[in-house]
Amino acid sequence: MAMNYNAKDEVDGGPPGAPGGTTKTRRPDNTAFKQQRLPAWQPFLTAGTVLPTFFIIGLIFIPIGIGIFVTSNNIREIENPSKECEPYRRNEDKPIAPCGAIANSMFNDTLELFLVANESDPTLTLIPLKRKGIAWWTDKNVKFRNPPGTESLKERFKDTTNPVNWLKPVYELDPEDEDNNGFINEDFIVWMRTAALPTFRKLYRLIERKNDLHPTLPAGRYYLNITYNYPVHSFDGRKRMILSTVSWMGGKNPFLGIAYITIGSISFLLGVVLLVINHKYRNSNNTADITI
Amino acid sequence: MQRESESTEEPEPPGRRRRRREGRTRTVRSNLLPPPSAEDSVAGATKGERLQRLGCVQHVADNRLKTTKYTLLSFLPKNLFEQFHRLANVYFVFIALLNFVPAVNAFQPGLALAPVLFILAVTAFKDLWEDYSRYRSDHEINHLGCLVFSREEKKYVNRFWKEIHVGDFVRLRCNEIIPADILLLSSSDPDGLCHIETANLDGETNLKRRQVVRGFSELVSEFNPLTFTSVIECEKPNNDLTRFRGCIIHDNGKKAGLYKENLLLRGCTIRNTEAVVGIVIYAGHETKALLNNSGPRYKRSQLERQMNCDVLWCVLLLVCMSLFSAVGHGLWMQRYQDKKALFDVPESDGSSLSPVTAAVYSFLTMIIVLQVLIPISLYVSIEIVKVCQVYFINQDIELYDEETDSQLQCRALNITEDLGQIQYIFSDKTGTLTENKMVFRRCTVSGIEYSHDANAQRLARYQEADSEEEEVPRGGSSQRGSIGSHQSIRILHRSQSTKSYCKKTLGSLLDPTHHVYPFSPQEKDITPDPKLLEKVNECDKYLAISRHQEHPLAQLSPELSDVFDFFIALTICNTVVVTSPDQPRQKASHGVPPRAHDALALLRSPSVVSLPEGDFMSTLSNDSMLFRLEERLGQPTPAIASNGYSSPADSWEPEYPQEPQPKQELRFEAESPDEAALVYAAKAYNCALVDRLHDQVSVELPHLGRLTFELLHTLGFDSIRKRMSVVIRHPLTDEINVYTKGADSVVMDLLLPCSSGQHQNKIRSKTQNYLNLYAMEGLRTLCIAKRVLSKEEYACWLQSHLEAESSVDNREELLFQSAIRLETNLHLLGATGIEDRLQDGVPETITKLRQAGLQIWVLTGDKQETAINIAYACKLLDHDEEVITLNAESQEACAALLDQCLHHVQSRGSYTPEKTESCVNVGFSSLPSLVIDGRSLAYALDKNLEDKFLFLAKQCRSVLCCRSTPLQKSMVVKLVRSKLKAMTLAIGDGANDVSMIQVADVGVGISGQEGMQAVMASDFAVPRFRYLERLLIVHGHWCYSRLANMVLYFFYKNTMFVGLLFWFQFYCGFSASAMIDQWYLIFFNLLFSSLPQLVTGVLDKNVPAHVLLLKPQLYKSGQNREEYRPRAFWLNMVDAAFQSLICFFIPYLAYYDSDVDMFTWGTPITAIALFTFLLHLGIETKTWTWLNWTACVFSIFLFFTVALIYNASCATCYPPSNPYWTMQALLGDPVFYLICLIAPITALLPRWVLEFVSDPFETLSKDCASEASQHTQQPSCSPKTNREPSTVDISVPLREDTVLEDLGAQAPGSSRPDEAVLEACPENSKRKPTSSSQEAPLPSLFNLPSFSSLNWISSLSLVSGLGSVLQLSRSSLQMDKQDGEFLSTPPQPDQDLHGLQGQATDYF
Repeated sequence: MAMNYNAKDEVDGGPPGAPGGTTKTRRPDNTAFKQQRLPAWQPFLTAGTVLPTFFIIGLIFIPIGIGIFVTSNNIREIENPSKECEPYRRNEDKPIAPCGAIANSMFNDTLELFLVANESDPTLTLIPLKRKGIAWWTDKNVKFRNPPGTESLKERFKDTTNPVNWLKPVYELDPEDEDNNGFINEDFIVWMRTAALPTFRKLYRLIERKNDLHPTLPAGRYYLNITYNYPVHSFDGRKRMILSTVSWMGGKNPFLGIAYITIGSISFLLGVVLLVINHKYRNSNNTADITI
Repeated sequence: MQRESESTEEPEPPGRRRRRREGRTRTVRSNLLPPPSAEDSVAGATKGERLQRLGCVQHVADNRLKTTKYTLLSFLPKNLFEQFHRLANVYFVFIALLNFVPAVNAFQPGLALAPVLFILAVTAFKDLWEDYSRYRSDHEINHLGCLVFSREEKKYVNRFWKEIHVGDFVRLRCNEIIPADILLLSSSDPDGLCHIETANLDGETNLKRRQVVRGFSELVSEFNPLTFTSVIECEKPNNDLTRFRGCIIHDNGKKAGLYKENLLLRGCTIRNTEAVVGIVIYAGHETKALLNNSGPRYKRSQLERQMNCDVLWCVLLLVCMSLFSAVGHGLWMQRYQDKKALFDVPESDGSSLSPVTAAVYSFLTMIIVLQVLIPISLYVSIEIVKVCQVYFINQDIELYDEETDSQLQCRALNITEDLGQIQYIFSDKTGTLTENKMVFRRCTVSGIEYSHDANAQRLARYQEADSEEEEVPRGGSSQRGSIGSHQSIRILHRSQSTKSYCKKTLGSLLDPTHHVYPFSPQEKDITPDPKLLEKVNECDKYLAISRHQEHPLAQLSPELSDVFDFFIALTICNTVVVTSPDQPRQKASHGVPPRAHDALALLRSPSVVSLPEGDFMSTLSNDSMLFRLEERLGQPTPAIASNGYSSPADSWEPEYPQEPQPKQELRFEAESPDEAALVYAAKAYNCALVDRLHDQVSVELPHLGRLTFELLHTLGFDSIRKRMSVVIRHPLTDEINVYTKGADSVVMDLLLPCSSGQHQNKIRSKTQNYLNLYAMEGLRTLCIAKRVLSKEEYACWLQSHLEAESSVDNREELLFQSAIRLETNLHLLGATGIEDRLQDGVPETITKLRQAGLQIWVLTGDKQETAINIAYACKLLDHDEEVITLNAESQEACAALLDQCLHHVQSRGSYTPEKTESCVNVGFSSLPSLVIDGRSLAYALDKNLEDKFLFLAKQCRSVLCCRSTPLQKSMVVKLVRSKLKAMTLAIGDGANDVSMIQVADVGVGISGQEGMQAVMASDFAVPRFRYLERLLIVHGHWCYSRLANMVLYFFYKNTMFVGLLFWFQFYCGFSASAMIDQWYLIFFNLLFSSLPQLVTGVLDKNVPAHVLLLKPQLYKSGQNREEYRPRAFWLNMVDAAFQSLICFFIPYLAYYDSDVDMFTWGTPITAIALFTFLLHLGIETKTWTWLNWTACVFSIFLFFTVALIYNASCATCYPPSNPYWTMQALLGDPVFYLICLIAPITALLPRWVLEFVSDPFETLSKDCASEASQHTQQPSCSPKTNREPSTVDISVPLREDTVLEDLGAQAPGSSRPDEAVLEACPENSKRKPTSSSQEAPLPSLFNLPSFSSLNWISSLSLVSGLGSVLQLSRSSLQMDKQDGEFLSTPPQPDQDLHGLQGQATDYF
């Protein structure tokens, strides 16, 4: 794009001011702003400016795309669904805690992953899954608070009842960790971050890598134990469990990489096509200029 | 006390009984009297008078000025009420209220109200601010002080303006501003005169004379308000500045008429008079000044109408989307209804909604969610942008006129973009195309022509000098003078604020050199024709010797007597006031020695038997006037020597010494510039007007000395009579003479019948010939005639005239009749030719405007020949082109003529196809031009003929309507506007253009010499015609293009944004949820994305100014509505849909099957939308100033700041899904950046390519910019314009030779305009080099024999003989096509037209 500052306008801007002596005329001020002569950059959309842009877009986007694509491909995956409280505010004259349709529909299957030691030995080794650290720090520490008090959670929630669809009360969501119960239960927090789209994932557990020497999930057979609590058949829903590594760009999604490559290529192609067209057009245009 | 009489019966004059219409009058009494009751009222005291009084005393406005609309209490309800007149506001409030319905609420109800409240608040604040400034200026004016007579204190006390009431007595001193409309009762001037300057009111800078009411001027002692017992009856308040009528009824039942000469109007300034006293007739808002001030006008622009239509499309789209969504939701509900899914949320009572109910709710919710589709801020934004555009137009230094210190004013605030779409310009001639500065050029007296060659040569020299020193400011005094006067003109332009005028006038008071009429030397200096000067001298000498004889004039030869009368008429037949520049704004008193005043005072007392002639009339009281008059007429008049103050007459001294001081140059202040020109001309012949009082005029001649003419009557000029007359008593002969000066067409018909002899007849025909010659030269002609009245005739006429004057009812009509009775049987003295120079730059401007595709019609009241010549001079007509002259005597002839002309045009059309290819470059100049006179125009505007006329006119390159009345002007404009559906612009400077200006889409007034009436009626006021070029071609183009693009952008933006929400519905079961947080949703349009588009809407220049001026053709894009047409709208909508798809699905796919939550996904989409909008705007913006950059950066900054603050502000505020920490989390997510980069670019790729492939302006402006930088000296764009000569010949073509031959060949009288004339200009071959329109050289077909002579063709045999073969260019063909479209509508399409239509469409 051409940088074209209208410096010329700035310099020869109009005749000099009113002759001296006349104290007050209604002559408008001869300033660049009032005379609409502010220096301006005019991005002429011409071959000289647009074509390089297309090429630049192409040249930048394609590598980015490849980068993203590769990153995304390196992510290994192993493949396996509300408003405010109403109408889930009260149940049999007791307030529901947590109230609301979203909370009511919270996912409550439990998944356990076992490593089968080997083909002959059916011993199952439970893979430890971290229950904490799956929610946003701010959600856990700022947004969600348990009712204040020093007594036990059960005491604090004693005047409430659990949501209709829940099996366990809110203060018993995590049997292992007292700090992960009540409203600050991370499963609950994760669920409460409403999914945007019909097909969605929720972070369930973390598999921690012990150290660099041992693979986190060594190759072998695994056994998945699912406690089925959450019915999806009624609406033809599907549940999956996905084991995935994490990279800087989240889960595996080849789309962005492909998109960048595609757009970069289209842009590059357009540049080439327009260059050709422009070349021909320019020529005829020039000759026309001469003849007129 | 004052009263509005609902039905007052006119007091019955003896022998007469007339009824007045009900409620037409107002009765004013002195406030000092006790309030009249039924018994003791003054009116009741007089016999025979029966004033019916209705019980209710109507409220009469006091003098308080109140232009504010609101009070503190009424502001809120009233302002809201006014705002809800806008349908859009009602709509948005409705939507917001819909949110309060629980079943359908989409947003927090309070939040949903925010935008509409914001908009209402912004508008209310704007209104409040405006109202407050009005209040302040009102307050200032209301608290000006003036002297009012107090009943209690029996003297004049200082009061505020606002405390003045109708019926109060007000005393005003010199240079004070008149606070109300006041009837002048007493003046310190011995003659009972008072001068006022009306510049505040009508812009006329000459002093107007006002006169004490008859019967009060004779009072010897000072006027005492306590003794005033008369009753004044006058009209109800009205806004006619030029009229006031009423009568004053004295105690004794006597009546005297009241005229506008007796009324001092509010806003004017007292000048030259020490003090005056008057009674307030109209006060406050009933004054004529305020009634005339209608404030700024609001027109709806064409673009806005189109926009409203598109808003309706948006509504339809909104309904469709909501319906679609509702149906979708219904189906979805049905599908999952029985399955009791987890996510299926039942109603509070546990039941679930039926699909139909759910669909209905969904529909309403969707309307709320998608409401942004109807741009709430569009109207406010457009207003803001227009105000800024107006500001920039006002500030344009190129539209500032140094000479008059005035810049362009925009009076209508909301039609700036119409300036860019004008198709037809209707222009007045005098004062608009020409300077309206009259220069005396030549004259003919008694059939002998005096060509004033020296004068012509001198004028030519001036012109040369002028063009050389164009840039040099004029001489100091005139410069300053003009500044002073124009400062006071500025008034009343602002809305209802009268503040400025007071300030300005007060300012001008401080300027002692307050001059009027900055006459440049060429108007004052006239080199007399030696022959004529000799004759005048001869008369003068002879009369000086023989003045004491019985009939001094009779001794002269008829010719010399005519010469003498001619100059007397020039000198006195006018309303020129004499002042001297040394004593600014003081009446010239030189020549009248101090003792004369004493003498006058002495003579005025009734005891003196020998009355001076001058005061004769004024001393007559009403009743005895006729009687005494007859008495006087019977008496032998005393010799001129008895005139006591004619000092030079007493002593015979050689020629010059008796002139008091030669340095004392007189200034003549005239109502119209031709009057002044004539008086200056007479002065050049030593016949100088030295003094004018209301009843006498003094003329000074070198030998005769001072002659004082008793001025019996002045019948002022009006546009119907087209003449003015003075009735005087001649001091030499004691005869009563009528001098008439008027348009030749009128005066020639009023001459003495032919019986008066061969000589007179000969003079008449000769004069007529010369008149034609003058007209050919483009001079304005005036005939001077004289009539000698016998005393009996005069007495007879006087009686009827006085009756007419004193009648209150249809006085105008009676006076008109009376004038007609007087102005007959005239004796022709001679005629004058005055040149009205073209304004600077008129031909260039017209050429440019025409290149811009504008059709220019000139509608003038002038005669045909003059108009045609001016038209040639200003390049409206071209010598290369054919001129169709349409003069018809009757309706039938007019119809036949029109048919024939059409036929002719049509036959020319059939030649075209073969020739177009060979000479494409001939262009539009080969179109004929049409000249039509007023009478034919009246026929042509008839219902039956108007279609044909219009069709013919459309074929013509330019149309010239001569002798047209103001009404006809407006009818023509209306016709073109309504029938051709074209955008029209009317430009004029005088009162006769007002109707035309008001009718046109855009009215432009020229703040010139003829007052401010045109300006008051106009939408834009320019100082000069030439500024029209820049106003239309540059500002019009910009304004249109800016607004068009902005409106399109608005629609695009909203559709695109709504599209994002709509696509989401496919993923949320059409539940009308939104992934974009409601805060963003509501404020996105209002806050985050509004500023850049406003900046672009105000500042963007798609083509730079110099390129627009070089290539006026670019203007056509506005005319053809290229930038904002339905196609553009729909293209934008499609683009918006595409972009929203991209901006939705890239994030969708990028986050597909991830753990993203609703707002963490919706916020990037919002950000992407913002980036896309800005990038889109970036493509649309052609010039990026720092303001654009700032606005864009500010928008982004604002969005992220607000998002960050909002997302951090409250962790628990909007359960269950509040966006806490979302933005912060996103900023740490690389995917966010990646999609923010790719989505906008992808979305804009198609538009980018499209813009690149087709953008005519860009390549053009680039070419021009590069070329302009290459040839800086002669900036031009194409080789074609390079060929154009740099100076353009604007001189009036002198075609004397041909004309004279022609005149000689014709029998006198055959030149009457009753023939159809198809004139092909004879001298095209000779003229071509000068008349350089930028066409390629024409082939030899213009040298066809039939072109080399004038073709006068009678109305019955027609055009067939014309061998003109002219080319129609592409543009003309296009017009044909439009005609075809247009002609399919009229009820009975003509056969010919059909043929043409078919033919025209064939070419396409």
